[in-house]
Formats: sequence, C-alpha cells, structure tokens
Amino acid sequence: MNLEDHREILNQSGLEMFQLVRKQLIKSKEAFLTHDSDLAEEVLHTENRVNGMDLKIDRDCERFIALHNPVAGDLRFVLALRKINFDLERIGDHAFGISSYIVEVDTPVDQEVIDKLEFEQMYEAALSMLDDIRAAYKDGNAKKARKVFKKDKVLNKINLNSFAVISAEVKKDPNLIDQYLLLFSVIKKIERVGDLITNIAEEIIFYLEAEVLKHSKKKGPSKPSK
Amino acid sequence: MSKKNKESIIESSIKRKYKLQAKDVKVWYGDFMAIKGVSMDIKANKVTAFIGPSGCGKSTFLRLFNRMNDYVDDFKMEGEINIDGKDINNKNINVELLRKQIGMVFQKPNPFPKSIFENVAYGLQIQGLKDKKFLQERVESSLKQVALWDEVKDDLNKSALALSGGQQQRLCIARTLAVEPSIILMDEPTSALDPISTAKIEELIYKLKDKYTIVIVTHNMQQASRISDTTAFFYLGEIIEYDKTNKIFTNPEKQQTENYITGRFG
Repeated sequence: MNLEDHREILNQSGLEMFQLVRKQLIKSKEAFLTHDSDLAEEVLHTENRVNGMDLKIDRDCERFIALHNPVAGDLRFVLALRKINFDLERIGDHAFGISSYIVEVDTPVDQEVIDKLEFEQMYEAALSMLDDIRAAYKDGNAKKARKVFKKDKVLNKINLNSFAVISAEVKKDPNLIDQYLLLFSVIKKIERVGDLITNIAEEIIFYLEAEVLKHSKKKGPSKPSK
Repeated sequence: MSKKNKESIIESSIKRKYKLQAKDVKVWYGDFMAIKGVSMDIKANKVTAFIGPSGCGKSTFLRLFNRMNDYVDDFKMEGEINIDGKDINNKNINVELLRKQIGMVFQKPNPFPKSIFENVAYGLQIQGLKDKKFLQERVESSLKQVALWDEVKDDLNKSALALSGGQQQRLCIARTLAVEPSIILMDEPTSALDPISTAKIEELIYKLKDKYTIVIVTHNMQQASRISDTTAFFYLGEIIEYDKTNKIFTNPEKQQTENYITGRFG
C-alpha cells in the first residue's frame, strides 16, 4: 500500500474513533441526566469497541511508521494521531465510568441538584468542544481547534463552583454525603474530559502547524500557513 | 579607520567563518542553464547534504568546488566560489593545490588497478613523497580512519579490485584522506552499496566531520536525515530551501520541499 492510501485509512480510523467516543459521551450524558440504566448498560457494552479501535489505530500507526518512514507533515500526522487516539480512549473511559455509577446506584439524582451543579451545561460544553475538535481534525482547520481553549474555561468554572455548592448542601443534610461524593466524582470526570479535549486540540495544531502548545500558556491565533 | 577598511574587515571575518561559499552562481552547459543563481554558505566541520530530483543541478554544483566542471565542453560559469574566503576561480589559483585540499568520492568505487597499499599511497607518491616509513604510516592511519585496516592489514599487496564493493568505497575514501584534504565532496557515495556497507560509510562520515568539511549528494532521504547537519533542496537549478536538517525533515518552510521529502513530488 502506498503512503497516501495508508494515511487515508489511518485518517478514517481516527474519524471513526471520534464518532464512537462522541456517541459514548452523549449516551452517558442522557443516561446520567435521566437515570436510564439501560442506556448506561449500552455504554458499558460498547466500551469493548472503543478499546478494540484504540488497539487497531495504535497498531496501524506503528505499521505506518515502520513501512513508510514518514517525515514532516506525515510524521506529525501519525505522531499526533497516536496521542489523539490515546486521549479519545480516555474520554471513552470517563463515559464508561459515569455510566457504571448509573448502573450501580439505584436512586436517581434530584433534578434540583442537577440544575444547581450545572450538569447539563457542563455536558453541553464538553460535547460542543468535542464537536469542534472533530471538525478541526476532519477539515484540517487549526482555527476550529483553538476554539476549545476558551470553552474549557466554562468547564473549569463549573467545576470550581461545584465545590462550594456541594459543601453547602452537605452541611444542610450530612446524610446526603454519599450521593454528593458520587456527584463530585462525575463532575471531576467531565472536567477531565475537557482537559483531554484541549490536549487533542494541541495535537491537531501540532500536526497542522508544527507548533507545540503543550505546557504553554500562549494559545493565541494561528500562524499563517505555507 | 576608514569606513571602507572597516567593511572589508567585517567581510573577511564573515568569509573566514565559512569553509565554502557560493555567491550568485550561474552555470550553463551550452544554452542550457543548469544553475540559476545559487548562493550558499557552508560551515567548517559540518556535513551538508544536497538533495533533489535527478537533473536538478546538485552534482553540477558540488563539482564547482573542486573545479571538476572545467573539463566539460560548453561549460560556462558566473558568480563566485570561495574556499576559506578565497575565490577558487581566480587566475592565480593553482588548481592542483586546490584539489589537494579537496577530496572527492564518487557513486561507484573507483580503485586503481593496483595493490591496496599503492592505491592509498598514490596521491602522496605523485606529490613526490618517497619516504617508505612515512608512506607506511600514512597508509595505515588512513585505512584505520575508514575502519578498513583490520580487514586488509595482511593483504596490503593484493589487488584493490579483489575487495568487495563496500571495502572498495572505503578504500577510495582512505585514498582521499591520505593526502590530508580539508574538504571531502561525496557524490552519492553509497548508492551502489548494500545496507551494511552503507551503514559503515555513514558511520565513517559521522566520525570524519570532526576533521573535515563534508558535502554529500544523495538520493536517499533517510541518509541525508541521518548523517547531515544541514540540507539543501535543489530543484530545476535553484536552491528551494537550505536549512538545518532537523528543520527540513520535520517542518520545512516550503511546500515544494515537503512534497519532495514526503515522496509526493509531482
């Protein structure tokens, strides 16, 4: 197989992984907000497919490097895809983790609590970020990838606020501590999903523009293309 | 100090900084313009690789540094080639002395039909050096530098043509080193060799750069990326990009360079 064809296959696998993980996250959101344990079970079952895809992409990336000795843009693409794949798989793990709680815990969470802790907004922000990086990856558009850095701040803010809300609620009724600890860990997971998405955005920018943003505070506008 | 003097001091210090310099070099073979105004500076003790498709002018350009194109019919050149700051096309330059400081290794190993010893000692002997002990020492040190000594030390009087292709090429490099040049030009030195011999020559190039300035023309991208410090990409008689090898192979500035090194050349 020539390099171009092999790269296209890898690219398609990357898109498939994006699609798969996005579905997992949407289902985990619905399962959580509606306490739908059947849907949560579905997420648990699909986790095998996510893991399978993760292994396949890893193996194909290794082959691509071994067979084609890629350089420049091709090399950055394959290096970025390996990391993107790793991060997507981790997002899949978080969707799995949240769904496990739904299956294990019988009592649904109060709608009032869900609203107070802004779960829906948090999920919406994470999903919108995931859509941005998916489009950035698909269209090779670094500008779209850069959008997520701002959106991640929404997640971080909700995450920070949740601490005060939970603390106040627990003081009111200490019997609810178990439920709130669980909710807090769900918030942490969604917040982590946001971090993973920003990592992916950094990888996409590295692949497209050869700019390393990891550990950098400067995540401004893109440099002019070649 | 006058302004003119000051400038010339600055200019000469820049010249000294670079081992090899080309300034707006143009070359014609008859009506065909093979090199269309190339300028480049090459630092001492570095390996510089020339890459580019066949017919792009990289070998022609390499051969300008030891004036090998002088013998080509209809060859015409404009511009300046400097070695250690001196214009090598100046009428007062002694071409034999110039070539003494520039070794050249070609695509196909080309040992003389003589013994291994005579091959390595040849350059010294035609310079009139006859002292046997000196010749022996120089032959041994040259063969050691190319890691061929252990393989041939008991067969120095055997014909060089009996050696393998890889050994012959290393012998040719030893022959070059024996006259102690400061620059080595290599024109696809490993394209006729198997991977093991290629690896030995590459390792050798890597070691030799401590003492010599090396310029290598290669069609093997991986070779250029493995052994060179800087890479120049030639296309249709021009330098498209000349930069650190690291940069060329990870993030070249020009789309044309990227297309060539990734094998998408149109």
